[in-house]
Amino acid sequence: MAQPKTEPAEHKNKNQATNTPDTAVLNGAEILINTLKDVNVDTIFGYPGGAVLPIYDSLFDEHDINHVLIRHEQAGAHAADGYARATGKAGVVLVTSGPGGTNTVTGIATAAMDSIPMVVFTGQVPTDMIGNDAFQEADIVGITRPITKHNYLVKDVSNLEQVIREAFHVATSGRPGPVLVDLPKDMIKSEAHYSGLKKVSIPSYKPTREGHSTQVSKAAQMLSNAKKPLIYAGGGVILGEAWEELTAMAERLNIPVTTTLMGLGGFPESKPQSLGMLGMHGTYYANMATTECDVLLAAGARFDDRVTGRLDGFSPHSKKIHIDIDPSNIGKNVPVEVPIVGDVKNVLSAIDQQASKPDTTDWWNTIEDWKKNHPLKVPKSEGLIKPQRMIERISEVTNGEAIVVTDVGQHQMWAAQHYTFNHPRSFLSSGGLGTMGYGFPAAMGAAFGCPDRPIVCITGDGGFQMTAYELATAVEYEVPVKIAIMNNECLGMVRQWQELFYNKRYSHSILKKGNPDFVKLAESYGAVGYRASNDEEMDDILEKAMKINDRPVVMDFRVEARENCYPMVPSGAALNEMVEGPE
Amino acid sequence: MTVSKNGISSQTSDRHTLSVLVSYNLNALSRIIGIFSGKGFHIDSISFGSEKESDLARITITTHGDEQIIEQITKQLHKIIDVVTVTDLTYERFVERELALIKVTATRSSRSEIMQIAQVFRAKVIDISPGKLSIEVTGNRDKINAFIGMLDPFGIDEISRTGSVALKREFEGSV
Repeated sequence: MAQPKTEPAEHKNKNQATNTPDTAVLNGAEILINTLKDVNVDTIFGYPGGAVLPIYDSLFDEHDINHVLIRHEQAGAHAADGYARATGKAGVVLVTSGPGGTNTVTGIATAAMDSIPMVVFTGQVPTDMIGNDAFQEADIVGITRPITKHNYLVKDVSNLEQVIREAFHVATSGRPGPVLVDLPKDMIKSEAHYSGLKKVSIPSYKPTREGHSTQVSKAAQMLSNAKKPLIYAGGGVILGEAWEELTAMAERLNIPVTTTLMGLGGFPESKPQSLGMLGMHGTYYANMATTECDVLLAAGARFDDRVTGRLDGFSPHSKKIHIDIDPSNIGKNVPVEVPIVGDVKNVLSAIDQQASKPDTTDWWNTIEDWKKNHPLKVPKSEGLIKPQRMIERISEVTNGEAIVVTDVGQHQMWAAQHYTFNHPRSFLSSGGLGTMGYGFPAAMGAAFGCPDRPIVCITGDGGFQMTAYELATAVEYEVPVKIAIMNNECLGMVRQWQELFYNKRYSHSILKKGNPDFVKLAESYGAVGYRASNDEEMDDILEKAMKINDRPVVMDFRVEARENCYPMVPSGAALNEMVEGPE
Repeated sequence: MTVSKNGISSQTSDRHTLSVLVSYNLNALSRIIGIFSGKGFHIDSISFGSEKESDLARITITTHGDEQIIEQITKQLHKIIDVVTVTDLTYERFVERELALIKVTATRSSRSEIMQIAQVFRAKVIDISPGKLSIEVTGNRDKINAFIGMLDPFGIDEISRTGSVALKREFEGSV
């Protein structure tokens, strides 16, 4: 994959500031770039415009930071998000003022809901014009206040460096999240002292990292005495890099583990303790275990409504332990007996040190029965490809080693169910906001962060069309993302709900008539396009696609449109009232 | 928020007074208000003013809700990066004051009666004209509500009242 590069500079690099001693006086744009390098930013997803031209002028000669020219700012934010999820580092976005900023809103909200570290730089009109409805002015700080962890409007260039350092500190520490920094044009043009000062301290911001020792002991005691324990692991296990601690504890104590959508990959699904995903489209055995367990340890999970189903039917017999770095997540939806505020990684290993192995023989017998009698089903294909089979095949071809990035809908749930995830940071999906259009740009972002890993974007014909224009970026930078379109010519999950709950009235959910020829679409951008309508063709194009390493590949998989995603907990039902699907 | 026609909140039983210390900037105030509007919590009153150190501000919020809601409000407020401390004064001994300016119709015959009432409430007449009196009163919410109740029959024109401001008591018995 080609790393993005600006044209080699003919003239002398005027941004000599890069390695200048601490006493340098620089303009705001140079301070920004120097500080970004200081905090180890190597990639920026951006789009130029009037308000940020001084920054782009400085970027012209910059070789340590790769600037990726995305084609739409929403995709830029999703790409930064994908980069962050795949690498664990903050994703960085740079856009112009007004519409550039507002276009990032969906991407910022997506990152906020899933606690993804991201720093967004927006241009702003000069300070003396703020509030005058100047050209391309938008109150982006106001607009993004509810969807950022924190945001800043820089009003004094001498604060710029401090603000940028704080922004990265806030975005990546505690419960991570997006931070926006609004940069008025005069702030990036005027000069200030650049200190290179590395230390950041915000007196009002001190996340609790160590779990309270009494609570930890209580939790360990409860687990040791449990007859039917269960670990319910969420995205916090991945964000908090706690997968090794989780795996060690679950194996040593032989406790079953179910993960949320965001937690997929946080516990290897090849391990016997894995029950797969729980919740609305979770496995039968995960949901039954959640309902029947006597001690439920929630680790970095937030009892989201897609997980719990009807709250009064959620795990009614269990005592609950909840580990979360964000105290406001604890007790928000479900009352818990043992709340533990802290880093999942620290707390899990502390509990593991104190807990002894509970007797779970009977519990495992019950679970094995559920597993045997209610497995996930992959129906046989009759002509068109079965969606479940498509995912299973991708899992086989990539040997479970790919970074899988999905859009939102049926394909997302099937990918969660049928791909075998054994590694963290390998399933990237908009869990909280459920953003269609997320998949492809996020996959591209992941590719920039992890150029050596195979990246598969599993998307739908609906979701892909929301950000398909990014094929231009992927072609320009030779990003070899494999885009697998589960093409059922409709908004599959909407159609499924209309079939089940709206008397088969498929109101505005059928895309058939307007869909493009995805092969030609890909080719027109200079990407590779393939189509498969049956299992044989599927195997053939998957094999060909995996060999292509210098451009994106679009695979149009024609799947059975009437297939519905099961098992399913209808909304408003309890987890154990799940529907396993027609026989 | 439950507000009767005189701007008097009818919620008293589960009323909480929160004292929030924040960095002095309007983004912080907006975020705090955003937590309430975004998550459907109630603000019965809010007041914002500088603290001893000029880069800090103290925000006093009165709100109501059951224990779980108040706990969420406190936690969500604390999550805001600019928030230094959140204290629920309801569990402490504290002093609390509101200020109200009330313009009341005062005819020649009722004027002295209104002024007598004001005296009882230790309120001050701050503006007088042939047909009106403007009165300043401070105290806790109940006292101000009572005062408004006493003036109501005379015909209240306008009321402007602040939110509550509060401080923790230092030792029992202070005024």
